[in-house]
Amino acid sequence: MAKIETFYEVMRKQGITRRSFLKYCSLTAASLGLSPAFAPKIAHAMETKPRLPVLWLHGLECTCCSESFIRSAHPLAKDVILSMISLDYDDLIMAAAGERAEAIIDETIEKYDGEFLLAIEGNAPLNQDGMSMIVAGKPFSEQLNHVAKHCKAIISWGSCASWGCVQAAAPNPTRAVPTHKHPGLPNKPIIKVPGCPPIAEVMTAVIAYMVTFDRIPSLDRQGRPKMFYSQRIHDKCYRRPHFDAGQFVEEFDDEYARKGYCLYKVGCKGPTTYNACSTIRWNEGTSFPIQAGHGCIGCSEDGFWDKGSFYDRLSGIHQFGIEENADQVGGTAAAIVGGAVAIHAAASAIKIATSKTDQGDK
Amino acid sequence: MSESVDLKQHGDSVYVYEAPVRIWHWINALAILVLCITGYFIGSPLPTLSGEASDHYVMGYIRFAHFAAGYILAVGILGRLYWAFAGNEHAKELFFPSFSKKALLGAWHEILWYSFLVKEPKKCVGHNPLATYAMFFMFVLGAFFMIVTGFALYGEGTGMGSWQFELFSAWVIPLFGQSQDVHTFHHLGMWLIIFFVMAHVYVAIREDFMSRQSMVSTMISGWRMFKDNRP
Ligand code: HEM
Ligand code: HEM
Ligand code: SF4
Ligand code: SF4
Repeated sequence: MAKIETFYEVMRKQGITRRSFLKYCSLTAASLGLSPAFAPKIAHAMETKPRLPVLWLHGLECTCCSESFIRSAHPLAKDVILSMISLDYDDLIMAAAGERAEAIIDETIEKYDGEFLLAIEGNAPLNQDGMSMIVAGKPFSEQLNHVAKHCKAIISWGSCASWGCVQAAAPNPTRAVPTHKHPGLPNKPIIKVPGCPPIAEVMTAVIAYMVTFDRIPSLDRQGRPKMFYSQRIHDKCYRRPHFDAGQFVEEFDDEYARKGYCLYKVGCKGPTTYNACSTIRWNEGTSFPIQAGHGCIGCSEDGFWDKGSFYDRLSGIHQFGIEENADQVGGTAAAIVGGAVAIHAAASAIKIATSKTDQGDK
Repeated sequence: MSESVDLKQHGDSVYVYEAPVRIWHWINALAILVLCITGYFIGSPLPTLSGEASDHYVMGYIRFAHFAAGYILAVGILGRLYWAFAGNEHAKELFFPSFSKKALLGAWHEILWYSFLVKEPKKCVGHNPLATYAMFFMFVLGAFFMIVTGFALYGEGTGMGSWQFELFSAWVIPLFGQSQDVHTFHHLGMWLIIFFVMAHVYVAIREDFMSRQSMVSTMISGWRMFKDNRP
């Protein structure tokens, strides 16, 4: 592997003091849920390890992941992260364009074969030979497989790369598929960081972890880093005491909404959504949707775009032509069963009565 | 099921349901009742109470009752499964319904009987064949589904590392795709169980009047009595 500057060298060049650097290291340790004892370890890694080359590809998407990423809370964090990695290619924010830009991909592959990280924002459409997403005159799908073949690991940024998201919504006309379902993708570790977009601090911390420890964070069954996706919004929600007390917002403009009661009855999906919003929050920890008075819509969950209303906790059931919920279906069927029982009981009573007269006749 | 049926005379009694089966039946019925009521109110909570959050714990109590009853249901079914092997021949019928030609014909005869198309039902010492199918496909499989999805939801609360999570949530949630669909199907499962109970209780009482043998009292005393001498 060619010699590249360490992160620390780059940072000193940018005029960042050693003091701020160490501060950042403790902060990162804390955000990763590690003990303060790990801060020196992180500092050491950053002083000695060469920067990690990253190719950041964009498929079908809205760039919300990048928008989130560059707004990471700690002002230092984004500088640090952007210098910790060597972001060789990111067509959204890179200065180079056209053939010059595309050449970088092959240069990186040549220099760091098997060493660089592939970050994917968005996903590849497969229908019409992938023509719905063209990069440099070729279907994005081809670029994805080509780069993936040479990378060390893949990060699937956001719900698009992790699950499919809106462009994959039924009937999915372009057949957009998330990274792990992309045909022909070589077998590389995939780290899913879902959310629409994912939280900035989560994104930076995932990268910081990989640079520091030289390994991918431990993942859950669905491939998400456990440190940020092992609990539901509901588990750490500050409105939870109102949930346990049975105090709910009944309608969005009622008195209880002003009092900040639990949003369960107006369809909050916090109880079924794994993400870190209720702890890390958004925009430098300012707020998050529930704090602003709106239920969670479950943006980091698989299929959230296709499960019926954002204002219903349970999935819609489409089989009956119109959108219905579990209780409407169950209640209707129960009424039918109940009606059938009543009619059957009446018929049985008549049968008893008639058979008694039969016996009387005998 | 009906091997010895023809020998049963009017006034004859056979000991069918041993004590563990009867005790289980009524504890189980109670657990299901509690689960359906509390489950419904978890899905559609009661109207909001005003005052401080610290003054109330309504959802907390409802959910606690649901989980406690859930454990009773699960442990009860495990115990009942054990009894299927330890108990008498009728104890097996619930979990291992017979699909022999005779049983299928018997079930068909029951359908005709419930459709008022034959004059008389057959005598059965244990459950009638149609009942065993309803109990197996709606109750046993239904309750199994509710226990698996229920513990998967429960494990989400107890968190990674807990046995509920590792044993259930860890594979059930990915199987459904996400937690929301597990909630949805757990909720729909409640309605399936309710249909079973509606039909079951109605039929049990109806058969008490109209069949040729005792019903509800059998589930209380264990003894099956026959009302006539005909085979
Ligand atoms: C939640 C409510 C209930 C559930 C889930 C339920 C479930 C069951 C099950 C699984 C069996 C089979 C027992 C075995 O083989 O071990 C059974 C039998 C029986 N149950 Fe229930 N039961 C419920 C309520 C009731 C009620 C309220 C009655 C009385 C009106 C009743 C009367 C009977 C009778 C008479 C039998 C025996 C049927 C026969 O001899 O063929 N059950 N029940
Ligand atoms: C016949 C059996 C059962 C019935 C009818 C039943 C019914 C329900 C219903 C209707 C819900 C609300 C679902 C929703 O709208 O989100 C629910 C939730 C739940 N049930 Fe059950 N359930 C049964 C068995 C169990 C068992 C065995 C357990 C295991 C302990 C269990 C644990 C749960 C949990 C953890 C929840 C979610 C509570 C929450 O979101 O706060 N259930 N159940
Ligand atoms: S607002 Fe949503 S996440 Fe918060 S306690 Fe209520 S249901 Fe749970
Ligand atoms: S609160 Fe829910 S919908 Fe909102 S950003 Fe977080 S996970 Fe997404």
